[in-house]
Amino acid sequence: MRMNLPFSAALSCVCAVSVALAAIPVAGDDRSESPLAQTLRTVQPAMVKVYGAGGFRGLEAYQSGFLFSPEGHILTAYTTVLDTTMLRVVLDDGRRFDAELLGADARLDVAVLKIDAQGLPCLRLDAAADAEAGAPVLALSNMFGVATGNEPVSVQQGAIAIVTDLDARRGTFEIPYKGRVYILDAVTNNPGAAGGAVVTWDGRLLAMLGKELRNTRNNTWINYALPISVLRPSVDAILAGEQSVAGGDHGRPKAARPLTPRALGLILVPDVVPRTPPYVDSVLAGSPASRAGLRPDDLIVFLDDALVPSCRTLREELEYRDHFEVVRLTVLRDRELVEVELSAEGKESRP
Amino acid sequence: MTPVLRAIFVLTLTPVSAALVGDGALLQAEAERVALIERTKPPVIAVFAVEGESGGSGVLISPDGLALTNFHVARPCGEWLKCGLSDGRLYDAVIVGVDPVGDVALIKLFGRNDFPAAILGDSDRVQVGDRAYVMGNPFLLAADFQPTVTCGIISGVHRYQFPSGTLLEYADCLQTDASINPGNSGGPLFDGGGLLIGIVGRASFEKRGRVNVGAGYAISINQVRRFLGYLHSGRIVDHATLGATVAFDDAQRVVVTEILDSSDAYRRGLRYDDEIVSLAGRPVTTPNGFKNILGTIPKGWRVPLSFRRDGERLDVLVRLAGVHAEGELLEKLESSRADELPIPQRNPGKDEKPGKTPAPIEPIETAGGNRPTGPDMPEVVKQHLEERAGYANYYFNRQHRTRVLDSWLAKLAPAQKEGQWALSGKTSAEDTFQLKINDKGASIELAENRYDWAATDDLTADLQPEGSGGMLPALYLWRYLATHPVEEFGEVSYLGTAPFPGREDLLDVIVAVRRGLEVWFYFDPNDARLVGLEMWSDPSRDPCEVRFSEYAESSGTPGRIEVIYGDAPFTILTMDARP
Repeated sequence: MRMNLPFSAALSCVCAVSVALAAIPVAGDDRSESPLAQTLRTVQPAMVKVYGAGGFRGLEAYQSGFLFSPEGHILTAYTTVLDTTMLRVVLDDGRRFDAELLGADARLDVAVLKIDAQGLPCLRLDAAADAEAGAPVLALSNMFGVATGNEPVSVQQGAIAIVTDLDARRGTFEIPYKGRVYILDAVTNNPGAAGGAVVTWDGRLLAMLGKELRNTRNNTWINYALPISVLRPSVDAILAGEQSVAGGDHGRPKAARPLTPRALGLILVPDVVPRTPPYVDSVLAGSPASRAGLRPDDLIVFLDDALVPSCRTLREELEYRDHFEVVRLTVLRDRELVEVELSAEGKESRP
Repeated sequence: MTPVLRAIFVLTLTPVSAALVGDGALLQAEAERVALIERTKPPVIAVFAVEGESGGSGVLISPDGLALTNFHVARPCGEWLKCGLSDGRLYDAVIVGVDPVGDVALIKLFGRNDFPAAILGDSDRVQVGDRAYVMGNPFLLAADFQPTVTCGIISGVHRYQFPSGTLLEYADCLQTDASINPGNSGGPLFDGGGLLIGIVGRASFEKRGRVNVGAGYAISINQVRRFLGYLHSGRIVDHATLGATVAFDDAQRVVVTEILDSSDAYRRGLRYDDEIVSLAGRPVTTPNGFKNILGTIPKGWRVPLSFRRDGERLDVLVRLAGVHAEGELLEKLESSRADELPIPQRNPGKDEKPGKTPAPIEPIETAGGNRPTGPDMPEVVKQHLEERAGYANYYFNRQHRTRVLDSWLAKLAPAQKEGQWALSGKTSAEDTFQLKINDKGASIELAENRYDWAATDDLTADLQPEGSGGMLPALYLWRYLATHPVEEFGEVSYLGTAPFPGREDLLDVIVAVRRGLEVWFYFDPNDARLVGLEMWSDPSRDPCEVRFSEYAESSGTPGRIEVIYGDAPFTILTMDARP
């Protein structure tokens, strides 16, 4: 399934483009379309502008995405922009749609949106390629929200500098993902760029642009993209309905005496932003959480089978559980997912 | 190079070079790129304040030393600037004209009449993905004035960048991912063929500090082209407004949401909720697109506007007012601008440069070098500088006024420069007419009618004949300009170049004010003839328009005079005898 783009192929791609660019008639009356313009003509129509929550304290209310099915499935980054029921998507041709968040995988910061439309241009995930370091790429995104309405999103050129594992630690890079990424040599991960597409110069989909990522220790910024081959299992799970998002309308009343994180022995990190990732700050001694082996710095990813994107969601979800209920938590610890069962009522809590 | 560095260098390069050996096409492309840069860089200049305390970039566009830069680069330098070329020499320069809203300044370098000049391209033909080269002086790095070259692609075209509380509006600009940093301001954006397609001047800066983030913006060269005539005039020029705002309606049509009833667009029939179809010959499909078109047109231009109401399409010519009221632009010049590229300061302590602090720029030779009073301005700069309120440099206005009027007067017969003018012929109503114009006034005698108009201290008092908007005073002022020294007329200045109905090219415009009447005289830049005039008694009303045509060979008298007021032709006078 994984297709590598051989280096030689990538190289010949550069040659073809460079030579062709040099040969473009510049001031002639019948200016022909450059090979790059032809590529963009196929890629741009699949790009979308996503508008949602934010717009304060340096948090943008917009980001990027791209259609990956003619029926309106959109791949985008899982960010605070999606923390709203009023998601709007603007297509390349300027059409506006309300979008539904089908699901997300907080471990990869990837989300799938759906709009109600048919016959849309798209970049198919099963046609995506993998690439090696040195491959010249194009990054398309609505960075800085420059494009509105039917204006095409921005296009940047660059190369994959390295294919590596993102060495993200809490306090260094503020994302949970620690797997394989493409690091790009261009400044692509700007405000609003998350969810953009990385493609080859002949228009093959390679990756999705990640978030703005800053190493808080040395104030450097990393421009990374998530290979489609890495995202694919999550996307498939979301499409299969296996990866829902916690929160929203439960259609039933809250518990009279609900569970709380504290009752389980969990102290979460201070809830400072609309979507503070639910990291465990500390574990109360002798508590169910302690007995189950939970540790500080664990990131709570799932509550039973629902994705928990924030401290707030976790608290709200627990309000629907009675104080005696057994809950299953999945946490991310050192690149491993660890599943535990907890009961606040003194029943067995086990790792 | 240290051994470690050399090792890194070799490690980095070896696999790539090994892969390239024998690949003739890539090497050829590289050689072509090197040749292109060599060919393209000579007109690129480094712009400095006289004592080197600030600076930016620019580009020469004529052999006699006219160069473009950003307004925000030129302004802190004052009227006298120093410019470094890649020949390693430093030249004196003077400010010519400025466009503060468009962030463009025209300057003139001295010392050569064979300056290398960039060739202007057509920025409307630029496509996303085109190769783009930025050249200039980022961080004021170049002590020998060799421009820094960065290369990328065009990331977006027809971008609109809001003024965001500042004066600067980047409309219809080009976006590139070629590295743009402080100091690149005012420098050229070249296309893959080395043609000048834009003037670099703005970048998206947010949390990463004021360094390249892969999103830089250049003022399109086609916008600069439209303003070039105005910039030559030595004035502080303004951009245009329609006097109406637009937005999408529910059906995604661009419709008028507000309109000033004092605007020409209103007088031409545009109303609330009308759908804008096209402006200045370009289709309007989005509100941003509308602002893109409007934002690149100078104040005072008359452009075609098409709009739709109840399914009916209306095509009119509208005169665009200034974005700013009289004097307002000068006041606003003091306001701060947040998004412009900062101007690198010479004092490294105040710098925001990333990483290693680049060496300070080479000390600049100054004539005199008497620090407490500053260096003395060279004679050549003094000779080309004339201060006057409302002008960047009045010297150039006077030069162009003299050029245009002297060329026109040279075409007139000696008899036309003095005494009474008498013209006769037929009107469009097949009536005979006798037209007489002298210093006291003007009269026209028809078969059964006669109109007299006498010049008084207030020329706006009696705009004869009724319904013409003032044909007789307009013709009186036409003769007055020909028969009197320009100083006697009143305030007479060169506006720049502007379009004229029925003409493809831009005409030279002289604005003359006498006793309450303002007249715009349009001259053909090729044969220096007067093509038309517009006369206002009140800026919120329509002018009386007079169009002159059918000039005989070697004669300064037109065979045909067409008079128009508002939307209606008033009369056409066809001459049968010439003075």
